[in-house]
Amino acid sequence: MIRFDQVFKRYPSGREALSGVSFQVGRGEMAFLTGPSGAGKSSILKLIALIERPTRGKVSVGDRVTDTIRPRAIPQFRRQIGVVFQDHKLLYDRPVADNVALPLVIAGVPRKEIDKRVRAALDQVGLLGRERSRPLELSTGEQQRVGIARAVVGKPPLLIADEPTGNLDPDLALEVMRLFKRFNDVGVTVVVATHDLHLIEGFGARRIVLGEGRVAAESPA
Amino acid sequence: MKRLEAYFARHAQVLVGSLGRLAAAPVASLLTMTVIAVALTLPLGLHVLLQNARAASAGWNDAFNLSVYLAKSASDARAGEIAARLRARGDVAAVKVVLAPQALAEFRQYSGFGDALDALQGNPLPDTLIVTPAISASTTAGTAALKQAIAAMPDVDRVQLDTEWVARLTAMIELLQRLALVAGGMLGLGVVLIVGNTIRLDIDNRRAEIEVMKLVGGTDGFARRPFLYGGLWYGLGGGALALLLVAVATAALSAPIARLAGLYGSAFRLSGLDAATSGGVLLASGLLGWLGSWIVATRHIRAINPA
Repeated sequence: MIRFDQVFKRYPSGREALSGVSFQVGRGEMAFLTGPSGAGKSSILKLIALIERPTRGKVSVGDRVTDTIRPRAIPQFRRQIGVVFQDHKLLYDRPVADNVALPLVIAGVPRKEIDKRVRAALDQVGLLGRERSRPLELSTGEQQRVGIARAVVGKPPLLIADEPTGNLDPDLALEVMRLFKRFNDVGVTVVVATHDLHLIEGFGARRIVLGEGRVAAESPA
Repeated sequence: MKRLEAYFARHAQVLVGSLGRLAAAPVASLLTMTVIAVALTLPLGLHVLLQNARAASAGWNDAFNLSVYLAKSASDARAGEIAARLRARGDVAAVKVVLAPQALAEFRQYSGFGDALDALQGNPLPDTLIVTPAISASTTAGTAALKQAIAAMPDVDRVQLDTEWVARLTAMIELLQRLALVAGGMLGLGVVLIVGNTIRLDIDNRRAEIEVMKLVGGTDGFARRPFLYGGLWYGLGGGALALLLVAVATAALSAPIARLAGLYGSAFRLSGLDAATSGGVLLASGLLGWLGSWIVATRHIRAINPA
């Protein structure tokens, strides 16, 4: 599903975030990207979502090499990927239901269908009944679950998350990770970047450990 | 068919949604619309003024006459003779003879100088012929030629064209009309810039939202749509407000102007903008708002990328 081939990423500031990263994540697999902050976890996720382009090397997502995707085709490409952010990136001036519905509205799904799928997504993250709440009326953990509901409402084959538990206490963090595991169980490819090694013990998923812009270790190899 | 339906439903939703956004900040929205309205009121007011000036002067333009003053030495019979000669000309439609005593009586009646006239020895007024040119000669060149021909006749003292000032007025109205058009063009550009600037600030305020939309697969067009409708509303609101301002000004002026016209024995009434022009103003202001928004939103939204 995801394939990195000797990928380099140098930012305009001159900082080299990735220095020859190669790895693969298969379809339907769940993988954790770990490593200290600054090791390149976020850069990898940005390259997957085409928020950034590699300086050198080849990134493939699905069956496509991202180099071949023109700027005009990026919106369509991103609809195949659910993205969860550490800071949720919700729209605070509209209710939960509208936040979750956004990807469907963008994709032009009919109104009736949208309502149904929004309720289903909120049900999956345990927030059914909070449709009319404003994001700021919710706790941080609940806001993060709204973000997850928005990421999965379009039923993307790939779900990526950048430090999704960074602001959560351990119990909530574990719950969020279990949520990702459940999506993986129904066939979604999941890649989660986290520095919290303790949390991901016992999930039995692939671990790709990054250090200084390279893959330092993989387990199981 | 279903897709088309969904497309229109989405647009209707954004249309209403953008209106809701404006309503959420009523003071700021109203302020922007008022600025637009003031910019549009100036050329519109000028247009109304000129339209009325033309309506008021239209009657004068067709029926202008030449006043032919005969020499004091000419007899009444001579006046009749000259009148007959003029009537025979192809470029003359009618000749009215006003003999000196009749002219004096009329002057006495209308001028209010009766007592002063009594003090005069004899009648100071000459015999006068009022000459109406034929329609074919009712051009500036035609009347000038006629005037010259009559002035050359014996026993004619002076020929006065009543319409020289009407021609000047017409020329001035035409100039002002051109001016209104130029001002309209400039201020239309102003509306585009006002809306563009407002939308630019709007976009800056909603930067985070646009980034999120792009992150979850929204196209530039999708992110731009609410701003386009916002620009449309600004323009329409400003246009409607401008029409209101013009209507209020017209109403405030109409009573004094009717009174003034009445004093001149005229039934002239100030007329406001007609329905077609008003509709045109709304259409144009809406389009200008849309255009201003389109120019700015297209550029700025393309430049916003999630980081």
